[in-house]
Amino acid sequence: MEIDPFIFRLSIFILSIFVGYYVVWSVTPSLHTPLMSVTNAISSVIIVGAIIAALAGTSESIFNTSSIFGFIAIILAAINIFGGFLVTHRMLQMYKKKKDKKK
Amino acid sequence: MISANLAAIFYLVSGILFILALRGLSSPDTSRQGNYFGIAGMIIAIVVTFLSIGNFSTSLVYVIIFLTIGGAIGAYIAYKIPMTAMPELVAGFHSLVGLAAVFVAIAAFLNPAAFNLGNVGDIKLASLIEMSIGAAVGAITFSGSIIAFLKLRGIMSGAPITFSGQHILNLILGVSIFVLIFYLCKNQSTNIFWTVITISFLVGILLIIPIGGADMPVVISMLNSYSGWAAAGIGFTLENTALIITGALVGSSGAILSYIMCKAMNRSFVSVILGGFGAENSTDNKKESKDQKPVKSGNAEDAAFLMKNASSVIIVPGYGMAVAQAQHALREMVDKLKKNDIKVTYAIHPVAGRMPGHMNVLLAEANVPYDEVFELEDINNDFANSDVAFVIGANDVTNPVAKTDPKSPIFGMPVLDVEKCKSVLFVKRSLSPGYAGIDNELFYKDNTLMLFADAKKMTEDIVKNLD
Repeated sequence: MEIDPFIFRLSIFILSIFVGYYVVWSVTPSLHTPLMSVTNAISSVIIVGAIIAALAGTSESIFNTSSIFGFIAIILAAINIFGGFLVTHRMLQMYKKKKDKKK
Repeated sequence: MISANLAAIFYLVSGILFILALRGLSSPDTSRQGNYFGIAGMIIAIVVTFLSIGNFSTSLVYVIIFLTIGGAIGAYIAYKIPMTAMPELVAGFHSLVGLAAVFVAIAAFLNPAAFNLGNVGDIKLASLIEMSIGAAVGAITFSGSIIAFLKLRGIMSGAPITFSGQHILNLILGVSIFVLIFYLCKNQSTNIFWTVITISFLVGILLIIPIGGADMPVVISMLNSYSGWAAAGIGFTLENTALIITGALVGSSGAILSYIMCKAMNRSFVSVILGGFGAENSTDNKKESKDQKPVKSGNAEDAAFLMKNASSVIIVPGYGMAVAQAQHALREMVDKLKKNDIKVTYAIHPVAGRMPGHMNVLLAEANVPYDEVFELEDINNDFANSDVAFVIGANDVTNPVAKTDPKSPIFGMPVLDVEKCKSVLFVKRSLSPGYAGIDNELFYKDNTLMLFADAKKMTEDIVKNLD
């Protein structure tokens, strides 16, 4: 009997949880705020679903109920992607070592 | 147009880049590079999506327009937001991820053919379950984050809102979501799908309103986790590896942060979720002790004198510093102290502030080098050998009661051993108890000098007196 592809996705999912577990424990506590903002940004990769939905409209009806939800989701996710990465970048720029600023 | 297999490999690459983005945060030196990895992963995912659909009609133009609009709004917010507003910004962003997940699920439900999930009224069973779970978790994340946002922003009172039967109501609603999803699978009814989403919105609100202000670090981490699980649910629906990997990463990241925060308060996750902490035990406790014990209070001059004659000073910042925006004044004060060859370090309790790492960001903003800032376990032994502890805006996290009184609600919580310092300067507006609703014994110790003022104002006055 063949294995359902769902099982493969489930395996990826569970292994990723383990990867996440070990990677996140190694994050230094002083960077916990940037961690939250960057996880925010990357979880907006959900935009791929929004793009699929938005592009599903035909050339006669670009905007149907389904694609409109897609378009709105694109805006929401894009706010997060740009906002999340940029604010993380802004924060990380501020973390400086002692010797950087002396002299 | 590229094949589905090739696209899947690119999605895997972007998933790996996201792992590296988080990995970079293990030290400030590698963190900036990590952020670029994250951006690269995102660009790959988006471009591959365009290529794999291969639909370059007018729709694409609109997609780009909407992407640009969202991007511009996001960039504008990212540049304008003050660092003190970071907790509400993160809560706001969580709500957007949640809502985006809901919308993608709705779009997939209404037009399953576009996602290869079957046809309207005949969606594959597994996909239907995945998308309803994704939508439900997304909806809870959305409305919960909105409440958290309103509380953090001060639009809504930070006090816990409780009513009788609250937990039973939540339980019933939670169970009904599962029951409805079960029926949804049987008859594919659109109405049931909408009902699931509506109830989930309601659950999100009910879940967060009983949780008070200082438990916000847990709430934010928890919502962070939920947004990840919602993304993973949608990832299963779309059979998209990047989304599944990311969802798992973010979900476990938020869960770990919630765990760290709960541990730092010595509270169980369940008790935080049930909420109501600090609502009922506040009144009787503070009255009896308030006027009995003598308190020594001083002014900026006394504080400046004490610190000038010290050889080492430890600064303990808390939420009050963020509220008063005192971090820059504080830095100025420390600079003056350092000129007099006084050793200055910062001690940060994990739950200081309103989100994990809140204080570290504010200090970094004020140009405090990160190697002068220490976590609780790394610095706690140093208090005994230091001359002055300068507590600014922190309260419960310094309360020695947590170590001595088993009856206290915060007993067992790890606290900073501030009282072991030769002298303690405590900047606070009044003697009112902190969030836990209990009196801080530290106020009445012989070696404590209370400085009653706004944190920023007091720090500025001390700076003047240090000249």
